[in-house]
Amino acid sequence: MPKSKSAYSTPSKISKLENHIIVVWVDNEASVLSRVVGLFSGRGYNIESLAVAEVDQKNNLSRITIVTTGTPEVIEQIVLQLKKLVPVHKVGNFKRDDKNVIFKEMALFKIVGNSSKIKNALNACKKNNPVILDQTNKSVVIQITALRREIDKMAKNLISFGLISVSRTGAVAMTRGAEIFN
Amino acid sequence: MPKLFTGAEIVFKCLEEQKVEHIFGYPGGAVLPIYDELKNHSSIKHILVRHEQGAGHAAEGYARSSGKPGVVLVTSGPGATNVVTALTDAYMDSVPLVCISGQVPTHLIGTDAFQECDTTGITRPCTKHNWLVKDINDLPRIMHEAFEVATTGRPGPVLVDIPKDIQFAKAKYISAKKKKRVNTESKNRFNQKDIDKLIELMNKASKPVFYTGGGVVNSGPKASELLRELVSLTGFPITSTLQGLGAYPGDDNQFLGMLGMHGTFEANNAMHDCDLLINIGARFDDRITGKIDEFSPKSKKVHIDIDPSSINKIIKVDLAIVGDVADVIRSTSKTLKNKNLNLQKSNKQKISKWWQQIQKWRTKQSLNFINSDKIIKPQYAVQRLYELTKDQDTFITTEVGQHQMWAAQHYKFNKPNRWMTSGGLGTMGYGLPAAVGVQVAHPKKLVVDIAGEASILMTMQEISTAIQYNLPIKIFILNNQYMGMVRQWQELLHEKNYSESYSKALPDFVKLAEAYGCVGIRAENPDELDEKIEEMISIDEPVIFDCRVDQTENCFPMIPSGKPHNQMLLGPKDQEENRITGKGKALV
Repeated sequence: MPKSKSAYSTPSKISKLENHIIVVWVDNEASVLSRVVGLFSGRGYNIESLAVAEVDQKNNLSRITIVTTGTPEVIEQIVLQLKKLVPVHKVGNFKRDDKNVIFKEMALFKIVGNSSKIKNALNACKKNNPVILDQTNKSVVIQITALRREIDKMAKNLISFGLISVSRTGAVAMTRGAEIFN
Repeated sequence: MPKLFTGAEIVFKCLEEQKVEHIFGYPGGAVLPIYDELKNHSSIKHILVRHEQGAGHAAEGYARSSGKPGVVLVTSGPGATNVVTALTDAYMDSVPLVCISGQVPTHLIGTDAFQECDTTGITRPCTKHNWLVKDINDLPRIMHEAFEVATTGRPGPVLVDIPKDIQFAKAKYISAKKKKRVNTESKNRFNQKDIDKLIELMNKASKPVFYTGGGVVNSGPKASELLRELVSLTGFPITSTLQGLGAYPGDDNQFLGMLGMHGTFEANNAMHDCDLLINIGARFDDRITGKIDEFSPKSKKVHIDIDPSSINKIIKVDLAIVGDVADVIRSTSKTLKNKNLNLQKSNKQKISKWWQQIQKWRTKQSLNFINSDKIIKPQYAVQRLYELTKDQDTFITTEVGQHQMWAAQHYKFNKPNRWMTSGGLGTMGYGLPAAVGVQVAHPKKLVVDIAGEASILMTMQEISTAIQYNLPIKIFILNNQYMGMVRQWQELLHEKNYSESYSKALPDFVKLAEAYGCVGIRAENPDELDEKIEEMISIDEPVIFDCRVDQTENCFPMIPSGKPHNQMLLGPKDQEENRITGKGKALV
């Protein structure tokens, strides 16, 4: 007996997966986020992280930054399908390893412990310019802005220093230099 | 102080301005204010269907046969959910529909009110765009935008959800001319360089083929004329998808017939062996390509489409031309004529070997079947229907299944917009309501729904609509008592285990017709077929024609599972030698 008797073809060769940042400028209106996210889920595309907020109050525009993985063909489709949505103004597409683009994520860490643990925790974050947002004699809330893998690493390191809560944003992106994306 | 109008009035003012003449709908609590307003607008005729899915398909038939957008009016909750199948169908086959749905009053949205559902949420993936109108002042703009989105670029369905309180609220009317245009990019994004590249490829080719689709029909009747000119100018063979039938004359010598899973031997082999494949307004659907890895392996590929996301979605192409089909063909023909007046002759010599090869394939006569003088073969029934209706301007709709493929294979279309079938979604029950819509758009023309007895029962109730509005549609049922295509796959792939594909308790279709108040005709043997078909055509009211056909007939030729275009199953004889095995079973 054959394994599958579905009415459709078996998948052909899949090319290599790439990590991309997709930036979408949209009208800030009701249900616009669900149109974008629904397109991803409906067509089986992947969302690793998502950041969205209004960036232009006058023109009522929001900027959505999506980190995704897919084959080059899938990434091309994502961009073209997004462009078809009525509230979408423009779509930017950057490779994750593009040297001309800055990517940042923010994380908040809450650490509970005695002063020496807190000190060690702050030390461990030193490289990434930690900002202390709140401090008591047995706790601290640290804000970090860094790349995802750096935050991953830090979160792992901080466990032994009393990390009890992590809150993270999705990545946001911007091109280097004087140019802007059109 | 400018005059203020209620939401319901604004809806109709917009419909009038958009030159809407017919709407297909079904009333209910949340759209009553709009229905109340109907009486004040005599230029708009409402067709009352029997189920909202029927309204959607009727609007599809109306749109596809007339080129105008179809308009649907339904109530909230079940009214809206019932129309979802038709919206999805229209989305898959690029049919312009504007669906207006009622919604519970704004203050009740989100409270699970009576007949409330998240209509915009449910229809988001099956429309080009949809709107929930929360402010009466937005209504005129949204209504005009809805028509613009539905009809521009690649056409498709849209939905406007209007809460009941908005239908009562008052606002100024804003004409479409004053409205800011929607943020849509120009449809044509090609330039002369692209056309020059195309012509260079055409000049080099020795085994070219045109592969045309529904985009040609959607581009308007002019596109079909231009296509005919281009095909004759180049001398290239042409094949068409299911949706593209009629854009090029089906009985022309350069036409190879339909391609794809049940396409002709010559069309599929030409696709496989060609060195230049020019796709005009088609989308490399999986029923067309067969096995992707072995799809047309030796060809340069050109894709002309209005939708950039169709390009490189499935098949990587060498030259992409984004634009309206009519405009691209016009530029191409113009350049051809200007550049190379001898092309026609030189090309025809160059591709004469190719035509010889095609003639060889044609001798297989892949659409042939073994006819009988005792039992009606379904293919024979379609052939007779064609012969007896070809001299008048006939519109054909279909349901989905074997009968649909036989209709596509044996009915030859000469004009676009004469063939309405559910291709992308494959919706059983499409044909009867679609025929209703076609007949509304073309009251004096002959409209025939070539149907199967299983499909027809899904939307049978719409015959009542046809009777109410004196729409003399003809329902030509190829009755084999099986879900024929299911049975065929079970025979070929599942060791003849005919699981649930036989309908044990079918109605007597002649009596059923009489019960509805129309005419029923039955044909049981080949001798009486012609006479009965002529009788059907001569009757000026709806007819249900119960054509009893061979129960075991299968639809051939067929690209079997997991095989490329050049390995087709031809007929009962060929089948014995080419059993589908192993992995291939998954691919039908």
